[in-house]
Amino acid sequence: MVSRIMLREMAKGQSGTIASVKVAGELGRRIREMGMVPGTTIKIQGRAPLNDPVALRVMGGTLTLRNNEADYIEVEVE
Amino acid sequence: MPESFKIALAGNPNAGKTTLFNRLTGARQHVGNYPGVTVEKKEGIYNSTSGASINIVDLPGTYSLTAYSVEEVVARDFLIHEKPRVVINITDAANLERHLYLTCQFLELGVPVVIALNMIDVARDRGISIEVARLADLLNVPIVAISARSGEGVDELLQVVEKVAQANQDWEPVYIAYGEDIDGAILEMEKQIEANSFLTDTYSSRWLALKYLENDKQVIEKGRSFAGRHDQEKVADCLEDKVEEVGKHVLATMETYPEAIVADHRYGYIKSILRQGVITHTYDEDRLYTSDRIDRVVTNQIFGPIIMLAVLLGLYHFTFTYSELPVSWLESLFGWLAGFFERLLPDGHLKSLLVSGIIGGVGGVMGFVPIIMFMFFGIAILEDSGYLARVAFMMDRVFRIFGLHGSSVMAYIISGGIAGGCAVPGVMATRTLRSPRERMATLLTAPFMNCGAKLPVLALMIGTFFSNNQAQVMFMLTLLAWVVALLVAKLLRLTVLKGEPTPFVMELPPYRLPTFRGLAIHTWEKTWQYIRKAATVILGASILIWVTMTFPGLPDSQKLVFENQRQEISASYAELNGQLHAEGSSVPVSQELTRQLAAIEAAQAGQALRHSLAGRLGRSLESITWLAGFDWRTNIALVGGFAAKEIVLSTLGTAYSLGGVDVEKGGSLSKTLAADPSWDKAKAFSLILFIMFYSPCFVTVVCIIKEAGSWKWGAFSMAFNTVFAMLLSTSVYQLCRLLGLGG
Repeated sequence: MVSRIMLREMAKGQSGTIASVKVAGELGRRIREMGMVPGTTIKIQGRAPLNDPVALRVMGGTLTLRNNEADYIEVEVE
Repeated sequence: MPESFKIALAGNPNAGKTTLFNRLTGARQHVGNYPGVTVEKKEGIYNSTSGASINIVDLPGTYSLTAYSVEEVVARDFLIHEKPRVVINITDAANLERHLYLTCQFLELGVPVVIALNMIDVARDRGISIEVARLADLLNVPIVAISARSGEGVDELLQVVEKVAQANQDWEPVYIAYGEDIDGAILEMEKQIEANSFLTDTYSSRWLALKYLENDKQVIEKGRSFAGRHDQEKVADCLEDKVEEVGKHVLATMETYPEAIVADHRYGYIKSILRQGVITHTYDEDRLYTSDRIDRVVTNQIFGPIIMLAVLLGLYHFTFTYSELPVSWLESLFGWLAGFFERLLPDGHLKSLLVSGIIGGVGGVMGFVPIIMFMFFGIAILEDSGYLARVAFMMDRVFRIFGLHGSSVMAYIISGGIAGGCAVPGVMATRTLRSPRERMATLLTAPFMNCGAKLPVLALMIGTFFSNNQAQVMFMLTLLAWVVALLVAKLLRLTVLKGEPTPFVMELPPYRLPTFRGLAIHTWEKTWQYIRKAATVILGASILIWVTMTFPGLPDSQKLVFENQRQEISASYAELNGQLHAEGSSVPVSQELTRQLAAIEAAQAGQALRHSLAGRLGRSLESITWLAGFDWRTNIALVGGFAAKEIVLSTLGTAYSLGGVDVEKGGSLSKTLAADPSWDKAKAFSLILFIMFYSPCFVTVVCIIKEAGSWKWGAFSMAFNTVFAMLLSTSVYQLCRLLGLGG
């Protein structure tokens, strides 16, 4: 079953497909130019010691994102 | 006929751009700055086998050509205004999809591109195979697979570049389809732009329309100012209105933004190309690479911070332990030089200027060179290996609270976050921070840390007035430095450096073993920049400080008084000696004489310092500084401390007529202060606070000016820190007085 959740709620090791990125401006641009656009598959690789930021696997590379930045990203998960 | 031409090297950060640049140009590099910004501009010459001399400009690493960061503006302006013959677009073969995003933007701009498919060996190891010829066909761009690290394919790359450069074609922009809404708007805007020749001298009409739709601040501003100059406000209005209209439309119909549609379509274009049998994966794409395995331990929620602490402590010990020996060599070299001129020249101002002013001043500054070299060698290892990005990742949550960035931790620690660092390399280390406001806040607060030069002064004060719990007090002061630095950073970010936090969307590059060549070049660049500064600005400042502490000299009448004292004593001892000699007893009278003469010498030096410009300044400052408990002697010492914090001790010694106090053996100064009734715990604590937080030493100020790109920030840090320290010391001192503490 496919459901939509926010990136912040994803567990370590969980993967999913980005459904939408609802932010414009500098943050939106940074997120998109790093490859996080609708249709991209991501996987949660780990979290920093204080659970924030989060490290993601995107297109064969590892990216980091703060939790409050991840809140703009909606993900489709199995 | 071989010729010379200019090309640019561009690509994402971590694509291996610097490695390729170093391989191509070796030591034939020139590092400067782009006009008006602090972004480094590296240029170098590559002599091709056919005899052409190729001028390579290393553009700053960017993910995009939309003008958000300085790096992007610089890279884009260079391409548009300098029109390099070719752009070598260096991409990471193992991360091709993301790296082609920037490539798309070069193609849309139209500049002739040659793609260097770097780290092809890494991709091969990961079981990724790329049909290079097919990709080149689909993109219609020459592609050469290389490994910048091993040198594989680099010669071939340059041959292709030379061929493209010689063809010297016109720019041919590629059109990417952006869907009905955007494409329709582009067409309409293009018509407007062309009909009015709106900025068409600089930009192609489609590119300009696209940038408007991407909400590119720089282009929109340029449009505004062009409109103002050419009476075309209507056109600018019209373009901006159109963007707004499209924005409203797509938000209402698709809940998205024009810039998002553009980005999505660019990735769509890339995906459509890569899907045509360009990339095949032998292994499972989700397989854990070595790098990920290392990260499982190194960024682990429990072990990560422990390992980080160990690594940072290691870097610290490496720098300050191993640089000790070369520092002592340099000190003895300058000591020898000083001694040489001391003997060679007759007493007088020339000798004093040369020995105390120039050799003392420049020598003191050059003494930092080994520290800077070792520190940057260490940082280069952390940076090139990819570990620095992990440090930022782990520390970000804490530093963000204070408006800083995870990477700020490095600058703080180097500056003395673990007591004993140095703010000079600390300020220089902020260059690894790519967020402008966070970077400024870091470099302005890093000098609050307890650097190695403040330590002897603090140690003397603690040893004299808080001798019961020295270690605890020192530890408390280290913590205090952190607290103050972080709080002031927060204050700055809420006032002069106000602004949204820079997004933390950042790459954790795979771990790599740094190459020695890369480390050496990196270290040498930083060290050389510092030496160049020392030789110019700092020389001038040393002389200035010498002048204020020397002139005006004592009036002749006073000199005469000291001279008479000296002669009197010498004469009386000569007499005494004669008597003793006649009695046949041998008493070491000469030792006593030397001691007394030195005392007179010291008294004269103290008197001269009091009389000098610095002394007058110190006395006139008393009218304010008494609030914090400082008398004129302390004031002079603090003025001297601006040259270098360790000078506080020797100047205080001179002012108390003890002769120059050896930093290592402040014994007599300690006794004098302890015996002086005007000194108590409250005054000592007030002075400790002031020394920790007042103006950074002038070498640091020079570095702040260089790193911040404006002398105003240097002036700001001097004024702000001094006022801040004064307020802090005064309140603490007065509070102690009020509560009757101190005695």
